[in-house]
Amino acid sequence: MSLIQSKGEKATRQGFSDALMELGKENPDVVVLGGDVSGSVKVDAFAKAYPDRFFSVGVAEADMMGIAAGLALVGKIPIASAYGEFAAGRPFDQIRQSIAYSEMPVKICASHSGITVGPDGATHQSLEDMALMRVLPHMTVISPCDYLETKRAVKASLGITKGPVYMRYFRDNTPMFTDESTPFEIGKANTLAEGKDATVIAAGLQVWEAVQAAEELLKEKISVRVLNMHTIKPLDKQAILKAAKETGAIVTAEDHQIHCGLGSAVAEYLAQSMPTPQEFVAVNDTFGESGNGKDLMKKYGIDKDAIISAVKRVLKRKK
Amino acid sequence: MPQSNTQKLDHKGLEEMARQIRRDIIKMLLISESGHSGGPLGVADIFSSMYFNVLRHDPKNHNWPERDYFFLSAGHLAPVWYATLARAGYFPIQELTTLRKINTRLQGHPAPAYTHGLPGVEIASGSLGQGMSIAVGCAIGLRLDKKPNRVYVLHGDGELDEGQIWEGMMTASHYGLDNLIAIVDRNFCQIDNRTDKVMQLEPLSDKWRSFGWNVLECDGHKIPDFLDAIGKAKEHMGKPSVVIAKTFMGRGVSFMEDDYRWHGVPPNLEQAKKALSELNPTEFGDFIEFDWEKELVTAK
Ligand SMILES: Cc1ncc(C[n+]2csc(CCOP(=O)(O)OP(=O)(O)O)c2C)c(N)n1
Repeated sequence: MSLIQSKGEKATRQGFSDALMELGKENPDVVVLGGDVSGSVKVDAFAKAYPDRFFSVGVAEADMMGIAAGLALVGKIPIASAYGEFAAGRPFDQIRQSIAYSEMPVKICASHSGITVGPDGATHQSLEDMALMRVLPHMTVISPCDYLETKRAVKASLGITKGPVYMRYFRDNTPMFTDESTPFEIGKANTLAEGKDATVIAAGLQVWEAVQAAEELLKEKISVRVLNMHTIKPLDKQAILKAAKETGAIVTAEDHQIHCGLGSAVAEYLAQSMPTPQEFVAVNDTFGESGNGKDLMKKYGIDKDAIISAVKRVLKRKK
Repeated sequence: MPQSNTQKLDHKGLEEMARQIRRDIIKMLLISESGHSGGPLGVADIFSSMYFNVLRHDPKNHNWPERDYFFLSAGHLAPVWYATLARAGYFPIQELTTLRKINTRLQGHPAPAYTHGLPGVEIASGSLGQGMSIAVGCAIGLRLDKKPNRVYVLHGDGELDEGQIWEGMMTASHYGLDNLIAIVDRNFCQIDNRTDKVMQLEPLSDKWRSFGWNVLECDGHKIPDFLDAIGKAKEHMGKPSVVIAKTFMGRGVSFMEDDYRWHGVPPNLEQAKKALSELNPTEFGDFIEFDWEKELVTAK
């Protein structure tokens, strides 16, 4: 028996690209900024279809964020595109002052996030971006789990008209396992599998890893709930509280540093509402390195196997 | 003044070495199946000239206090740097087979020796636009200590889009750092397109001049021309100097030359064969032989 089927693979960044094409058609105010990585972040299709609404700003991410703020000020819907590290880390203060503090409805769309960007190595692996963006007041932070969810999230982000959105997704092709009938609402976690012994709260690529882990654990008669926490901010507190109450043990899983990401967000909330044993599946306070995405997920302990061990650890701590 | 601990090559030797470095780059990238071809091939003549003629350095003692400092601000050019460092004797040449593989010291973008990187790499790069500031700090520090070491920093032309470089340029001229020499790889190519399509840089030399720099232009593939420009830069007092070296992306491989689409991709087997057939073997010898007959790369 399997909990959820996957239907082929596609890159989450392609979901972003396909959403842009639809938005370009639907909304004349949508404008896209590119920083000399148009092909890899996949804004090239939009640039070709809507050349009047695409602007190359050169390799200049700080400039890009300021330009996005200016465009938003005059009523445009700017989509700023870059790799995760250069979308969040490089222009942090520009985002903080001109976009977040000033409540500009800019969409910061970060492809190539996490360690799975792979061979490029640590300089290009944004493992701190959710931390940086989550800490900013007014910011919405979304980390979708597959191609279609990325596409839906990008489109849904236009509904947020006050304040910016930061969206992180990935380079590699990854399993597609959501469809149009899967619930998706920004700020609302989605239960992918029911369970009573523990809950895995995952975001991004770790959602699929969590589904697989749950499936394997079921063979050992451990029943795990899987929550897709695609919105890191604002957090779906209700779903977390419910999981803590009903399963009494939490594992969080993300392609990010262990500090200040999804795991921390969940722990911060539970510490105040209902302290619950929690294990963190995340990169353990270290920089990454070159290698292929799958090997790195294994070496840095953020794959299915890491989730399985974390579930077993947390069950031992459960009262 | 203590001299470099490597032997210097003459013009002909430098050309041979540059060709060998190009062969090495092709082989490294074929094995890694990931990485940048165009930029590295384009600056092989510059790297050969720097490490086998210009720099004072000691490959066996990479922290030699009398060394010149070299910063690769455009970190994606790593393959040419790694091949050059290996050829100069910084680390075993066999390690070139490990580029971009898990557990390697040859990270996709350079990491310094004290993380998991390589001897010869002073500081991390890969996120563009940071090298000028580092070079400025280094040059100021050396001058405070009244030391004669020189500081070199290499930028891509597309990389010059990053504003931080221009902040550093102002600081360098503000402090009259004549111990600092910048080199610009002016190949008119970046990722998305040619540089004038992505972001106009011209009039580039005038911009550097107006920022208070001594500007030298040269042909980055004519080794005597490049060495002459560096020589003049070294002699110039009171200002930092920049050598704007006109190059071709993908130099030496006909089907890559001057084509921005080769910025960030490795050659496949067929392309690698063809590339190597255009780059004659040298007296220095390859670091690996492939079993082409089996269409199989032995190192994999
Ligand atoms: C801060 C930052 N933004 C974007 C990138 C992605 N990137 C890598 S190389 C490059 C283009 C650089 O062009 P150029 O300096 O001309 O190098 P060349 O194409 O000649 O190799 C870009 C945009 C990066 N590495 N760092």
